Amino acid sequence: MHHLLPEVEKICSMIVQKKLVYSKYDEVGVVLFGTEETENELTMEVGGYEHVVVLQNIKVVDGDLVETLKKIPRGTLPGDFLDAIVVGMDMLIKKYSSTNKGKKRLCLITNGLSPIKDPYEGSKEDQVNAIAQQMTSHGMKLESVVVRESVVLDENVSVMEENDRILNLFPKRTCAKMVFVESSTSLLGALKTRSISPVTIFRGDLEISPKLKIKVWVYKKTSEEKFPTLKKYSDKAPSTDKFASHEVKVDFEYKSVEDANKVVPPEQRIKGYQYGPQVVPISADEWDAVKFKPEKSVKVLGFTDSSNIMRHHYMKDVNIFIADPGDQNAILAVSALARAMKEMHKVAILRCVWRQGQGNVVVGALTPNVSDNDHVPDSFYFNVLPFAEDVREFQFPSFSNLPASLLPDEEQQEAADNFVKMLDLAPSDKEEMLQPDFTPNPVLERFYNYLELKSKHPDAAVPPLDKTLKRITEPDPELLAKKKSAIDSLLRHFEVKQNPKLKKSMKRMREKPSGSDEEDNYRRITSKNKVDLIENGVKVEKIGDLTPVQDFELMMSRRDNPEWINRAITEMKNKIHDLIEDSIEGDNYPKALDLLVALRKGCILEQEPKQFNDFLHQLCKFCLEHDLRSFCDFLASKGITLISKTEAVDSDVTEEEARNYLVKREAKPE
Amino acid sequence: MELDPDDVFRDDEDDPENEALRQRASSKELVVYLVDASPKMFSTNCPSEDQKDESHFRIAISCILESLKTQIINRSYDEVAVCFFNTREKKNLQDLNSVFVFNVADREFLDRPTAKFIKELSRLEEFFVKEIGSQHGIVSGSRENSLYNALWVAQALLRKGSAKTADKRILIFTDEDDPFGNIKGGAKADMTRTTLQRVKDAQDLGISIELLPLSQLDREFNVSLFYADLIGLQGEDLAQFVPAAGERMEDMKYQLRKRMFKKRIVRKLTFSVANGVSIEVHTYAFIRPTVLGSITWLDSVTNQPIKIERSFICADTGALMQEPPKHFQTYKNQNVKFSVEELSEIKRVSTGQLRLLGFKPLSCLKDYHNLRPSTFIFPSDEEVIGSTRIFIALHRSMIRLNRFAVAFYGTSSHSQLVALVAQEEIIDSGGQVEPPGMHMICLPYSDDIRHAEELHSGTNAAIPRANEDQIKKAAALIKRIDLKDFSVYQFANPGLQRHYAILQALALEEDDLPEIKDETVPDEEGLARPGVVKAIEEFKLSVYGDKYDESDNAGHKKVSEASKKRKALADGAVQKSAQYNWDALADSGKLKDLTVVELKFYLSAHDLPVSGKKEDLVKRILTHMGK
Repeated sequence: MHHLLPEVEKICSMIVQKKLVYSKYDEVGVVLFGTEETENELTMEVGGYEHVVVLQNIKVVDGDLVETLKKIPRGTLPGDFLDAIVVGMDMLIKKYSSTNKGKKRLCLITNGLSPIKDPYEGSKEDQVNAIAQQMTSHGMKLESVVVRESVVLDENVSVMEENDRILNLFPKRTCAKMVFVESSTSLLGALKTRSISPVTIFRGDLEISPKLKIKVWVYKKTSEEKFPTLKKYSDKAPSTDKFASHEVKVDFEYKSVEDANKVVPPEQRIKGYQYGPQVVPISADEWDAVKFKPEKSVKVLGFTDSSNIMRHHYMKDVNIFIADPGDQNAILAVSALARAMKEMHKVAILRCVWRQGQGNVVVGALTPNVSDNDHVPDSFYFNVLPFAEDVREFQFPSFSNLPASLLPDEEQQEAADNFVKMLDLAPSDKEEMLQPDFTPNPVLERFYNYLELKSKHPDAAVPPLDKTLKRITEPDPELLAKKKSAIDSLLRHFEVKQNPKLKKSMKRMREKPSGSDEEDNYRRITSKNKVDLIENGVKVEKIGDLTPVQDFELMMSRRDNPEWINRAITEMKNKIHDLIEDSIEGDNYPKALDLLVALRKGCILEQEPKQFNDFLHQLCKFCLEHDLRSFCDFLASKGITLISKTEAVDSDVTEEEARNYLVKREAKPE
Repeated sequence: MELDPDDVFRDDEDDPENEALRQRASSKELVVYLVDASPKMFSTNCPSEDQKDESHFRIAISCILESLKTQIINRSYDEVAVCFFNTREKKNLQDLNSVFVFNVADREFLDRPTAKFIKELSRLEEFFVKEIGSQHGIVSGSRENSLYNALWVAQALLRKGSAKTADKRILIFTDEDDPFGNIKGGAKADMTRTTLQRVKDAQDLGISIELLPLSQLDREFNVSLFYADLIGLQGEDLAQFVPAAGERMEDMKYQLRKRMFKKRIVRKLTFSVANGVSIEVHTYAFIRPTVLGSITWLDSVTNQPIKIERSFICADTGALMQEPPKHFQTYKNQNVKFSVEELSEIKRVSTGQLRLLGFKPLSCLKDYHNLRPSTFIFPSDEEVIGSTRIFIALHRSMIRLNRFAVAFYGTSSHSQLVALVAQEEIIDSGGQVEPPGMHMICLPYSDDIRHAEELHSGTNAAIPRANEDQIKKAAALIKRIDLKDFSVYQFANPGLQRHYAILQALALEEDDLPEIKDETVPDEEGLARPGVVKAIEEFKLSVYGDKYDESDNAGHKKVSEASKKRKALADGAVQKSAQYNWDALADSGKLKDLTVVELKFYLSAHDLPVSGKKEDLVKRILTHMGK
């Protein structure tokens, strides 16, 4: 399980990071199992529950929790997930007893390969039943993510099967869900990182005829999680103002086109619609009086063969129709229709007006979603279809009419067939790769990671895309390597070349994506064992000449050994020293200043004020001795000060001392 | 701020950098309607739809009118001229006899149609006799040739605009199949020859000439007499021509009001297939929701357009500022700042590229894997030679193997995991229904997918499932209510059509709104057929037993916890409230001596709001009692 923990750290800290943005008052606790130590209340109270550690008691999410989750200690023993579930459940019960029903969630992440102990009495099934009952009565949900990365060795197969059986009991007994993932990428997408309370967009009748109406509730099935809207930042407030909001208000003013000084009050505006070259003004009242006003209703127009609906006709995000959960007959009716439609390959065409007062109707296709879980009712998916006006009649040449020079010959076709067959993302013996349900959004992941990084290092640059996330944006090098022959054969059979007649100016810009390793890809395939080296390359061990500030920051943020901080600071000091010494008429001063600022910030962050202050003393002394006074003046003019007590508690310099340090020296000689 | 609807629904891919491309591809249509105004056009009548007799002239005008009303919405940049020949008066640039170009103020002869133009044209009959007049233009003994003149005028009008960017057409409406019939001898041959020469000249200039013949009741328009030569008809086409032209007239009248879009490339992409091999593909927005058209904000007093000015104000100091370069997100009680560059850097995970990741069976593409309209992809060898060949090979393999491709599509502002679904060409009698190519479908990510169906699965009891009989009855029902030839293209958007109708009525100051038929309502008549009713009743009996009517209210029977609680509270309040003599308390002014809790008994018992201070409660009670 150890090699997976970095991924587990990522998803767990991502959940907390998103909570810090969207639901700041959520509470989270962390339980580890399979640890050397034992540390939980139950073991003290009733004994047992060894090797389960409560890493963090349930508390409101904060930055420390993110830190904690980013370095989960590695355990040494096989863990008993059932014990861990009980400990977690016990924490929830002690903290909330039976309040907050439905808001309590246990997330279990395991590879399910370690055996669980036999209970003191009864069977494992009884134990699961008892736990499940407790969960139900306290309104808890259980989500289990079982990671199955590689082929399981023989001796473990029986354990694995036993564990899967045990875990599978939960969804049958209580509100629980279980998913299997096989790759680190799908592990990152296996848990919802943001919880959104579902809202129905329609509750009412699904009208098949005026005589047959089925009570349904309609929810969103998919809805794009957007990049967060950031507020605009104003730097106008004085830095001393601790309560400044720094927000920017955007104000809109409506002005006459002819007379820029004439402001039109918002209520005096009226909408004008284009009619030929003219604009026809229509007031909102006029409009309301005559506009299309369909009645709220959801009606079936009829059923049709599913082949009449093309997949690319789907227009929007998808809705789901569920029978009114309180109406048993409606559940049956939906179930009967869904199953019949599935058997007959039919879809229903619907006309929907979700709300009274809605100015248009929606026509869409209802497709069956037959559930294989006894606890989940059958339902329908609903996709909006285009109207006649929405389809543009573009004509394209038939492939068969194209000249033979543009068409593939038989051999080429065979190579393509083989390529399509081999580059298979859903092989029968393995998990489907890049399944949307388990694929995280790389852009959002990157944003929240950067947000976390920036909260600690405000000047940090955007880091390259995480290795696991690259499996979403770029082809899997392992797959490419495995199917090399199919790819090579495709490349052998087809030739592409740039059109030489094309002028350079016609070419569009080919930007290189940030964090791309396109070139790397090929190398990786040819010598796979080099991969690790390349990946590890990001770990900076030395401050270079090209990007000293970034190198320094990366070194400072390395967590694998506390020595890195000292080493970074020492290296940085040397760099600054060298720069000043080699400076001719102060040409290196700005660069040295940059480094000094970075060093100062790093020292504040890492609570090493003395290191910086001593260095600044030393540096000034050195400058005075070597006739480099101008550097001290330069620093003073740029407002560099010692680190004061207010900035870092360990400092023994007061704020005033800090501010006056360089100024004082400067003032004297005149 | 009200958003411009065009902007809201703008394709993500629509970006200004492609503006140049768009310009190049777009073209407009220039049309001259040549309407024969000879007395014959007025005298011959033929029955119209509402059984009243209509003159050919009127039919031609109403056809043009309908077509213009459609055009002003569909392709308002196209330009038209309406020109009569065989007229008494003359009005044209060349000052030729018997040709009258109809126009209104503020408009060139050949120009975009305006509301005023359409309106005046619809009132044509009121002033036609007085101002234009009808007169045979070709009479024996005179050298005048009104048809020749008309073609010359039309050709001159169409001199505007280059042949490359504009599609130029002349449409002739006439019921005279032998214009030079009454001319004898050499003059006839001469006139025929010069007229055909004029036509040929026009065609050489890239103008296409079309004929819309109007047949008389007793005698069909004989194309072979003269016009076959004019429009170059031969053999089989000749026989087909008249009926086909009739259909075209109908089409012109009943065209759907629909904004037309010229086929244009949204983006040119590099599609990287495998190790270093990339091909070139173009994307097209094939299906996009149509919106109401651009909105211009006007000052309601002057009806003059207004512009929106945006200003940024610092919330702390109130100072006016430039658009700030930084954005921030509050996180862990601090403001984490991002520069615009940093934000775009985050979003740029892959740029201007479509990168193939692999293939999956079509069954992996679920119905809920959708977020927005798809984008069409077609290969091009313009920049990268060999692209089409690879594309077609993959396309064929994917169709044969029932697979779709998974790819990562990234632009500088948006990136997305996509499915590429190969679509075979579908052709029916009307032409290409589905072009060959691939459709790019945006796939959701795990956080975009919700699990509402699992929400209500908290209980231990298994969810009921339909049994065999119920499924069989449902199947029978489905068979009964079958839409055989359903096509997604068959419904017009009633909201949009209504909008266009309102717009037209207001612009043309028409008194009544044209009736818009809502094609999306179910076929009530069909549903009332005995067979359908029987199937419905059997399904109902099988699923609901004989309790359908009761269960109609089942939703209300099982009220939610919250409303149950509310109900209990109200019931309690009624009981408690009954213990007080409210009238006496109110009269003696002792209401204020009661506690708020006591006052609320009265309020809840009478379904009044219980919010506010004590005084408000007392006042509310008194008002309710009418005191």
